[in-house]
Amino acid sequence: MEFKPEIVAFLCNWCSYTGADLAGTSRMEYKPNVRAIRVMCSGRIEPTFILRAFKRGADGVLVCGCHPGDCHYQEGNYRCLRRFSLLQKYIQQMGIETERMKLEWISASEGKQFAELANSFTETIRELGPCKIKETLEVFT
Amino acid sequence: MAVYWGSACGGCCVSVLDVHEKLFDVIAVADLVFWPIALDFKYKDVENMPDKHIDITLYNGAVRNSENLRIARLLRQKSRILVAYGSCSHLGGIPGMANFSSKEDIFRRVYQESESTVNSDKVRPLAEYQVAEGILELPEFYNDVRPLSQVVHVDYIIPGCPPQTERLLEVFMAIATGAELPPIGSVIGSGTKAQCDECIRKKTENKRIKKFYRPWEIVDDGVTCFMEQGILCMGPATRSGCGYRCIKGNAPCRGCYGPTPGTSDPGAKMMSAIASIIDAKEPEEIEKIVEGIVDPAGTFYRFSLPASIIRRNVS
Repeated sequence: MEFKPEIVAFLCNWCSYTGADLAGTSRMEYKPNVRAIRVMCSGRIEPTFILRAFKRGADGVLVCGCHPGDCHYQEGNYRCLRRFSLLQKYIQQMGIETERMKLEWISASEGKQFAELANSFTETIRELGPCKIKETLEVFT
Repeated sequence: MAVYWGSACGGCCVSVLDVHEKLFDVIAVADLVFWPIALDFKYKDVENMPDKHIDITLYNGAVRNSENLRIARLLRQKSRILVAYGSCSHLGGIPGMANFSSKEDIFRRVYQESESTVNSDKVRPLAEYQVAEGILELPEFYNDVRPLSQVVHVDYIIPGCPPQTERLLEVFMAIATGAELPPIGSVIGSGTKAQCDECIRKKTENKRIKKFYRPWEIVDDGVTCFMEQGILCMGPATRSGCGYRCIKGNAPCRGCYGPTPGTSDPGAKMMSAIASIIDAKEPEEIEKIVEGIVDPAGTFYRFSLPASIIRRNVS
């Protein structure tokens, strides 16, 4: 059976979700593998959210926020960036490919960029193959 | 009362002995019916007890092999109240860091590759071995280390590596005098806030960190918050109750009391906390500061890996 990646995308309300929405209202086509979760700010995305997404079977996790300097709450996206860099290091130690986690800045006007990102990230994950975290963690040996 | 050690260093059992002469108060109200470190009872003595015969069992140590698991189940059956005592049975503890490796990694290192080992026949321990006199048995070594609550129902948790002996006495006396007990599943003998709320070191509201130091790379001034000096301290993500004894001894908190109430994953919480105080906005600069945290997984999950969200290395 063909592998259909499941991707969880955390999108900030002010820029990235609006950007994704613009892709939709402009009728751009992009891969249907991305499940969007709207959060108020990329600074709201706790490491727990991302780790739980993987544990529950996500093959990839996308995090999008406003461009640096554009955060609706001044600093949220910088916090997100710093968390992301720590998390990358952590998941690598846990044996998870760092490519499965991606951070991109998408503004409210970048519908096209969002569609392209959804396509390219889906392709990256498709090449990596299914994530084994869920099945590994379900088994105790 | 019974005390048992699973995969443990023995420190928890010693912390029970640390009640000193208060032990007489304990044995005035309770018979010690099973305690491998101090008393000569056998597993069969426990097997022969009626169910729920033991009022309170303190199980310390993680579940690492089939013997730990068998006795955990046996003691659950024979005990009215089963307490996960200490970090290992609470969260996996130091032995839990073995979850960064697989059973095969560990056996290869220990029985073949370690510098002091000569093992040309590549002999490995077996769970069963046939000799002329019959079959010899060893407990089976599992691939995963588990906290107690992942294998049996646990009534209460007393955290710490080891738990503060005073807290144990309070808990024990509460049970012995029939005082009202907290809801089943509670973490007892500890506080409800974070270490930072109790710590007396000097703190400022806006922490800003440009560089992380390992403790031997910097001279601690003995007064200022460790984090503000750039030394990683697990205080923000760790439950209070120990009386910040490491910090009083001028060592940063390592997180043995486990996550604060309402937090499931202390490492994830710690990553959040640290991200908030790194003083940089440019990706390259952030990378450089984060490089100073040499082993995030081992530092943030030193005592809690098997109980965390990603509870083992998955590769």
